[in-house]
Amino acid sequence: MTEAQATPQPVTAWLPAVAAAWIIPGAGHFLLRRPGRGVLVFVSVTTMFLIGLMMRGPMFQPQGGDLLTMLIYYGGFASHIASGALYFITVALGYNQPDVAGHVYDYGSKFLVGAGLLNVLAMVDVHEIATGKKS
Amino acid sequence: MPRMALSHMETAFLFALFTSVVLGITTKRTDAERLRYGVQCFAYFILALFGIGWLMYFGHG
Repeated sequence: MTEAQATPQPVTAWLPAVAAAWIIPGAGHFLLRRPGRGVLVFVSVTTMFLIGLMMRGPMFQPQGGDLLTMLIYYGGFASHIASGALYFITVALGYNQPDVAGHVYDYGSKFLVGAGLLNVLAMVDVHEIATGKKS
Repeated sequence: MPRMALSHMETAFLFALFTSVVLGITTKRTDAERLRYGVQCFAYFILALFGIGWLMYFGHG
């Protein structure tokens, strides 16, 4: 076990980088001087999100009901939030695609959710780099 | 915002590509391992795409 793993890092050591990674995909890696990885994360997450929008994927909103419905809608909403500024700007600009039947809309929805989930992975990676668990 | 209507194949290919890039970046420790894992993930995605596609084709008769 390394010294960094044995000693818990203060929140201030990783919070700014993780917050930056959340707000702008890839920004956390940039802050930690990993620009190559930052660019790849930014391009991957942003392109996936934009493709989802261009395919007119619907945005999930928290919705009650049976367990599976709640899981899908709350989970989908959480993944949208994980996309950070991409989601907030999209909503602020009035994007409001209704959930209609059709395979293209469905693919779009998966891209929007997938972009958020990939950004969660990037945020975890930033946290591990900032706390010294990873280079 | 322009509209985009991709086929299932194009959509799955793009999804596999971007997901593999991020998985490669975030899960390994050296650049060589990242590249290898990213390519491996992408290959598995495409393999599953064709494999499950053919399985469904034969499953439907």
